[in-house]
Amino acid sequence: MATVQYETHEHDVIVIGAGGAGLRAAIEAAAQGVSVGLVCKSLLGKAHTVMAEGGIAAALGNVWPEDNWQVHFRDTMKGGRMVNNWRMAQLHAQEAPERVLELERWGALFDRTKDGLISQRDFGGHRYARLAHVGDRTGLEMIRTLQYHGIHQGIDVYMECKIERLTKDGDRVSGAFGYWRNSGEFVLFKAKAVVLATGGIGKAWKITSNSWEYTGDGQSLALWAGADLIDMEFVQFHPTHMVWPPSVAGLLVTEGVRGDGGTLKNKQGERFMFNHIPDLYKGETADNIEEAERWYTDKKNNRRTPDLLPRDIVARAIRAEVKAGRGSPHGGVFLDIASRRPADYIRKRLPSMYHQFKELADVDITKEPMEVGPAQHYVMGGVRVDADSTAATVPGLFAAGEAAGGMHGSNRLGGNSLSDLLVFGRRAGLHAALYAKNLGGRLNVDAGHVQAIARETLEPFNRTAGENPYAIQADLQDTMQNLVGIIRTEEELKEALKKIEALKARARKVGGGGGRTYNPGWHTALDLKSLLTVAECCAMAALERKESRGGHTREDHPYSDDTWGTVNVVLSQRDGVTSLRREPLPKMPDELKALLQERT
Amino acid sequence: MPTYTMRVFRGDPGGGEFKDYRVETGEGMVVLDVIHRIQATEAPDLACRWNCKAGKCGSCSAEINGKPRLMCMTRMNLFEEGETISVAPIRTFPLIRDLVTDVSYNYEKAKQVPPLRLKPPDPDGKYRMMQEDVDRAQEFHKCIECFLCQDVCHVIRDHEEHKPKFAGPRFFIKIAGLAMHPLDTVDRTKWVGTHAGVGLCNITKCCTEVCPEHIHITDNGIIPMKERMADNVDPVVWLLRKFRGAKGKQPA
Ligand SMILES: Cc1cc2nc3c(=O)[nH]c(=O)nc-3n(C[C@H](O)[C@H](O)[C@H](O)COP(=O)(O)OP(=O)(O)OC[C@H]3O[C@@H](n4cnc5c(N)ncnc54)[C@H](O)[C@@H]3O)c2cc1C
Ligand code: SF4
Ligand code: SF4
Ligand code: FES
Repeated sequence: MATVQYETHEHDVIVIGAGGAGLRAAIEAAAQGVSVGLVCKSLLGKAHTVMAEGGIAAALGNVWPEDNWQVHFRDTMKGGRMVNNWRMAQLHAQEAPERVLELERWGALFDRTKDGLISQRDFGGHRYARLAHVGDRTGLEMIRTLQYHGIHQGIDVYMECKIERLTKDGDRVSGAFGYWRNSGEFVLFKAKAVVLATGGIGKAWKITSNSWEYTGDGQSLALWAGADLIDMEFVQFHPTHMVWPPSVAGLLVTEGVRGDGGTLKNKQGERFMFNHIPDLYKGETADNIEEAERWYTDKKNNRRTPDLLPRDIVARAIRAEVKAGRGSPHGGVFLDIASRRPADYIRKRLPSMYHQFKELADVDITKEPMEVGPAQHYVMGGVRVDADSTAATVPGLFAAGEAAGGMHGSNRLGGNSLSDLLVFGRRAGLHAALYAKNLGGRLNVDAGHVQAIARETLEPFNRTAGENPYAIQADLQDTMQNLVGIIRTEEELKEALKKIEALKARARKVGGGGGRTYNPGWHTALDLKSLLTVAECCAMAALERKESRGGHTREDHPYSDDTWGTVNVVLSQRDGVTSLRREPLPKMPDELKALLQERT
Repeated sequence: MPTYTMRVFRGDPGGGEFKDYRVETGEGMVVLDVIHRIQATEAPDLACRWNCKAGKCGSCSAEINGKPRLMCMTRMNLFEEGETISVAPIRTFPLIRDLVTDVSYNYEKAKQVPPLRLKPPDPDGKYRMMQEDVDRAQEFHKCIECFLCQDVCHVIRDHEEHKPKFAGPRFFIKIAGLAMHPLDTVDRTKWVGTHAGVGLCNITKCCTEVCPEHIHITDNGIIPMKERMADNVDPVVWLLRKFRGAKGKQPA
């Protein structure tokens, strides 16, 4: 067989992914004086982070001086139903404010308070108004700031390059191998340390706010290289996406709408969230409209509106209303800010949403309520990491951002992702650089392994009459949507695993037409491998966890179970076979436990 | 459901041609949906870029019926049923394949812009800025880097020879955004003339017309910049001076 040609680049640290987490990691690694390469599938500045709307959670205390890291920590743990990695939640709450101020020093222009400080807005599950924001385009501000700061730090950026597999030297990760999307030619990055910052897995579902990039590459690269994944059963279905009209169906409606005064109503006009307050949140949630209304202006003496309960609770409530026949005409519920806030205020707070809906659907959000329902949005699970260093369970491998697991437990609070990217992106860059510096000598890449990956990558071209990659992807999306959605049962999860097995067999016969230059059919065919891997992990972990918690609801086990509340489901792979086990959560120190008891 | 003929450019630097696809559309579809439908059925290797399908990432730029637009923000019901709609790559940048072009010119220009240098914070370590001061720069921060303004600007589009010395409208507003940052201390006035070539712009306003973010590229960005270069210190015209002054700024 002919040897496949490829170019080689060498760096101390390779960061895979140029969203918030990857950019922050690359900047930090470069600051440590090591040589850094940053690889991304799309053009620079187009990663998912650009789409984030509502804001970055950080206890700056600019709007509510009572806010501090302890309260943020408590909110995060509570939102995750206590199965978060406590140390990650602690570091996140402690360091987020400094990371946001650092963005400001690098040029980000956040919306201001009257005193000229960074303004903060209300979001679900956050005790105080906590989200630093720029209207509803916070992610754009964040990624541009990092991007323009980053290009002056001596980082080598490799755009539109997809990593297919990691390489190893013995136990250690020694590089990453992939192809240029533009040319289809191969490229090897030799590195002492690799940071995975590849984002999520949403493309496994049919209805999702995620883009084509979210095929679970980072999680799969880690698993294939021998690293553990955790919490893969915890998938976030964001409660409010447009369900009508079709031109905007599926688009996310930021939680900021509810933070800024919007409320959810069923077809009878009833504010139904008052009927869905779980015991865990009774103490801090208003149980009547009058108190909820007073809360917007007087947070000290009133409890928060149930419209701002954590996302998993709101998503399930919407689903229950629709199921009971109280939904909107197109299978959602109503989200009303139009009748509650002045048009000018809405346009100022939600400018890009106003503009987008007007342009695409003639929907004027200042005049009429929106019809919304849940869609897949985020994965809490991911690569298992050490909290302080972000090191995965394979030496030389690090992970941060949505690709990593643990920080958010079973349910992420809105705004806690952007802050997570900055806090753990920085830590990943720092520790990857330190690791690379401490590692003397050079690592080897097994040339035979590289040739094998390259040949596998080219296989679809040998099957001109093979399966259509888009059809396999669509069938997987249907499977996950119908059988591994918001509400799960043992029977359906087993059914899903069977179907995934059959899809894996079809994917081995996937074909490709056309050539190697910028060929999306070929790219889609290759992405199936990781997409099927993470879909299987999710279904396996969901079958294992026989309880309901956060982003994992079992109809056949509808309650949370204290025993399950003490363990993570951990996945690993040997010789292509995925297996799972339960492991106890890291033990939380007493002083942090005490914080969780306080009703602040 | 209405059916359209999509006349899509297929080809690479070696050559290419428009190819017709008959596509049935569903309610509310945008051009990008139709391109995806063609990919999923007839032409799996049809190359195009996209990410957000929400007008936020600026990946899906193309020339639709000759007009530079975002495919994801162009509704199919803009066109008459049965109409033939042409979709071509943005013309100003070298073709890679089908609807994908090499936009690296823009990333090169981005690197050349002299970065921000902030003045020291207040004595308590905090930065304070008023919303009305931030608003002006925020307009330019809305840019999604779709490069449609770069595509339409004749200085780049029709004059290969200008490319080395002309930054283009995207980067004029980048510079304007930095200049209007309430805390910036760098004076880029001279640099804008010598390195960004703003003098080559003859204010045709084509860039402003195509900007999907409706940024007032010419009126709020380029024109004040040109006036400032001409050292017009009329405070009414040159708002920046009035509000903050260029005093104390260091040349780039
Ligand atoms: C519509 C929307 C709104 C949101 N709003 C908010 C919000 O208001 N607040 C909040 O906190 N969170 C929000 N989120 C969530 C948050 O935006 C994401 O979780 C976060 O941006 C993920 O960042 P990341 O750095 O981990 O990954 P991303 O930003 O997705 O970046 C992933 C990078 O990895 C690259 N990549 C992936 N695979 C490969 C590969 N195989 N080879 C090479 N490169 C690869 C991609 O090209 C990309 O550069 C929102 C999400 C969505 C979808
Ligand atoms: S106004 Fe200037 S920058 Fe804009 S398109 Fe015309 S010449 Fe180009
Ligand atoms: S200024 Fe407007 S047209 Fe130009 S790149 Fe930015 S968003 Fe696109
Ligand atoms: S796909 Fe993001 S702007 Fe069109």
